[in-house]
Amino acid sequence: MDHPKNKKTNETNPKGISRRGFLKGLGVTSIGVAAAPKSELLAKLEKTPSPNGKLLGKDAVIITLEVNGKSLQVEVEPRFTLAEVLRDHLNLTGTKIGCERGACGACTVIMNGVTVNSCMTLAVDAIGQKIETIEGLEKDGHLSKLQESFIEHDGMQCGFCTPGMIMSAKDLLDKNPHPTREEAQEATAGNLCRCGTYPKVFEAIVAAGK
Amino acid sequence: MAKQVKLNVGIEDNLEEITLEIPESTPRPWDGQADLKYVSKRVPRVDGEAKTTGRAKYTFDIQLPGMLYGKFLRSQYPAAVIRKIDTSKAENYPGVKAIIPVQEKLPMIVRFAGQEILAVAAETRHQAEEAVKLIDVTYDVRKFVVNKEAAMEKSAPIVFDTNVEEKSAENKPGEESGSIEQKSNIRGPRVTPRDGTPDKVDAALAGSDATVEATFRTQVQTHSPMETHGVVAHWTAEDKLKCYASTQGVFHVRDELANTFSLPKSNVQVITKFMGGGFGAKLSMSIAGFMAAKLARKANRPVRLMLDRKEEHLCVGNRPDSVQTLRIGAKKDGKLTGIKLISYGTAGVGTGAGTSGPARNIYQYDEFYAEESDIFTNAGPGAAFRAPGHPQGAFALEQAIDELAHKLNIDPLEFRLLNTKHNDVRQVQLKIAAEKSNWKKRNPRPGADSGPIKRGIGIANSVWYYFYGQNFQVSTRVFSDGSVQVTNGVQDIGTGITTVIASVAAEELGLKPSDIVVSIGDSEYGFGPSSGGSVTTGGISPAVRDSAYLAKMRMFEIAAPLLETTPENLVAADGKIFLKTDPAKNLSWNDVAKKIPGDNFITIGERKQDYFQPKIRTIHGVHVIEVAVDTETGVVKPERVFAVHDCGRSMNLLTTESQINGGIIQGLSYALYEDRLLDRNTGIMVNPNFEYYKIAGSMDIPEIKSVILNVSYGHNSTGAIGIGEPATVATAGALANAIYNAIGVRLRELPMTPDKVLRALEMRKGAES
Ligand code: FES
Ligand code: FES
Repeated sequence: MDHPKNKKTNETNPKGISRRGFLKGLGVTSIGVAAAPKSELLAKLEKTPSPNGKLLGKDAVIITLEVNGKSLQVEVEPRFTLAEVLRDHLNLTGTKIGCERGACGACTVIMNGVTVNSCMTLAVDAIGQKIETIEGLEKDGHLSKLQESFIEHDGMQCGFCTPGMIMSAKDLLDKNPHPTREEAQEATAGNLCRCGTYPKVFEAIVAAGK
Repeated sequence: MAKQVKLNVGIEDNLEEITLEIPESTPRPWDGQADLKYVSKRVPRVDGEAKTTGRAKYTFDIQLPGMLYGKFLRSQYPAAVIRKIDTSKAENYPGVKAIIPVQEKLPMIVRFAGQEILAVAAETRHQAEEAVKLIDVTYDVRKFVVNKEAAMEKSAPIVFDTNVEEKSAENKPGEESGSIEQKSNIRGPRVTPRDGTPDKVDAALAGSDATVEATFRTQVQTHSPMETHGVVAHWTAEDKLKCYASTQGVFHVRDELANTFSLPKSNVQVITKFMGGGFGAKLSMSIAGFMAAKLARKANRPVRLMLDRKEEHLCVGNRPDSVQTLRIGAKKDGKLTGIKLISYGTAGVGTGAGTSGPARNIYQYDEFYAEESDIFTNAGPGAAFRAPGHPQGAFALEQAIDELAHKLNIDPLEFRLLNTKHNDVRQVQLKIAAEKSNWKKRNPRPGADSGPIKRGIGIANSVWYYFYGQNFQVSTRVFSDGSVQVTNGVQDIGTGITTVIASVAAEELGLKPSDIVVSIGDSEYGFGPSSGGSVTTGGISPAVRDSAYLAKMRMFEIAAPLLETTPENLVAADGKIFLKTDPAKNLSWNDVAKKIPGDNFITIGERKQDYFQPKIRTIHGVHVIEVAVDTETGVVKPERVFAVHDCGRSMNLLTTESQINGGIIQGLSYALYEDRLLDRNTGIMVNPNFEYYKIAGSMDIPEIKSVILNVSYGHNSTGAIGIGEPATVATAGALANAIYNAIGVRLRELPMTPDKVLRALEMRKGAES
């Protein structure tokens, strides 16, 4: 689905990673089943000159990600999504996965000041970008006003969608410090909450802006 | 030893005095005059910080050293016999540590697309996914049927050739299951013995001044919790299993695992610290639990097996669909004469398609009769889903009631008042709805608005039942530094029971909720309820209070000599223990705690039977919904929802409100968007995701206002009753009635999508010209 968030991901087309490397990374997942047409595609890609001479995959590479202001080194296969690298390799499990195809927003993080679905972002595409996750909101042991507002207004039930909701809300507040309920609704339009906590999420966001 | 207490009980301020005999070791129950500091107030979640910082660890987040990732291979066919499975290629795939078929011996019968065939565990999740693709399965493909009407035909492929026993992990109200007839794909009809007979209800309907007969259809809805099903299984010794599970019932899952692996209960530990929603689908372990434990045993490594979104839609439960034909009648004065319901639906390869709860339990009538059947189809099994059978039943009943009121020219709210005189709580709720919602502004003439956008207001009733369960044990432990820990195995599925436990204990001990450390979600703690049937708060909170009361008494015994008095003269409040008559004579909680001999003491509160059975054993709700219908596009937009509910004494108004919002929003989502679509040519679900299986999102949310009635009975120490289920029952029916009020056409089929609105408008136009 063409969610605005995903569009933005494409817009912030990362530098340094060739499209060819990207495709190759994706292609690897299907090598196992040896689908002939795909192998041909890969072979063709191998022959296509890469614009900047950089080719990633299929083996793992060590990359550096800047997460919550810290530089973290991690070994990733080019096919790994940012969501899985954050969760499974950097132990930042606050970022959740609800659908793994850009439809639920549970994996929302902020990359260079723009919300992205980290399940739709390759980790290698996040190299050199400033990544903010839910774990980065607390500063010196103090919760942010937004987090406090979520607690005070009960902007959560099971809490599984909450990190994604808060990241979308943070992005809104960063750009619009005093949002209305309607603006809060729009900002969280990509975040599904099965517990149906929305009204209190809107309340929490509006109150955090006051 | 027993003591006598006088209580003032009733609805809100309308109280009467009762005298009650209760055990000496328990506190005087909170009654209608109880003046409380935290309980029944708006207390923010004590685990809010964990949830807003990402520190809360869900099953999905558990990572253990050496942990492997599990993945299922699932059938791509809806009906088949598997003769051969070749795993040789997968076995040699890098990282693969264990492959285990679900059924040890072949042939294996497949009854729905997505059924589990085997599971693989590998070092990484990608390796597990790749390995699954390398497995060759030889299917002997069979004929299948996914459409329930087709399944009822004589020539239909048979889903089960043996009789199916109903297995149920949840409370099913008013459904005494006897032996039910099963013929080909039809199981039923089930008739409830205490209902009347068809003859009697037919006679009552024949003697009515007005009747309504209509058929209503509802769709299959999947639970779609944001966290999918899954477990992390870890054998900590050869005969010791530790399992992190995303479940609504740690004790139930422990029993299932203990049975499967022939282990004593003492050797199985199930942990659920945080869980991302279940709504009924996670009452039992699901096959993922067994398979993860088997893989872990074979590989001798912990295994995490979480489902993905597609698997979640296909295989682990749904709300069955229904076709309900209702006949109801009333006399001129509005008195209901009879209700007759013939209903069938499919829970795929499961059972539980009954819908009669609302029709049987909301109104007074002379005669009632219902026949309910399950139709087996080659589709994923149904499971308990927030008020099983009730949203679908209320969708039909509440529209029929509305229609009958219109026929008799009686205001639909008035009509509901007339027929629920036996129920004081509902009477109060309907009156509040009449006063505080915009009901009075409603134009009684359907479709009266001019212009393409037409607005309407509709109402519907909800019903659920008071269950609580027994023998739960809650312990309160007070340490010599004054800190307090309250412990029970119960899991918090998002309803806020953690905060309720903290508030109830704090209230009793004169401390703050944040002073209480609540330890829950572990089968090694005291026995607690499964969270299903809205039993958790009513089940646990009295035991919490009783254990805290005993702890307070212990503290009073320690404090009394220090304050030169006797324990019965003491009270605890604001972190102090002091003389009732002279608050200046006090000691801080911590100073008293210092005198605890040894390190700490523990008191146990046990959930026993209620002191008596409350007069009204149902719980209720009324939803009034305002809607705007665009008659050009067919788009339905709920604009405002007014809800009034009761749950005995609400333990926390803030989280109760959240649950009501959630029930309403799930109800709207069910009413307008959700629909599990199976392709009848392939038997495969065509929308197993969140793009085409749409659930309500932020832009779909109307303004919601709720009133929570305080109903005190004095039946146990807290008087809490659940709210999870009743909050979702009335919504679809109220919305349908609002749409009727807006456009003058009834939509008798869910979901009420724009195409159905337009078709209904067209048909009316056709009928008019
Ligand atoms: S998990 Fe990324 S959008 Fe759903
Ligand atoms: S709080 Fe449970 S999904 Fe949003």
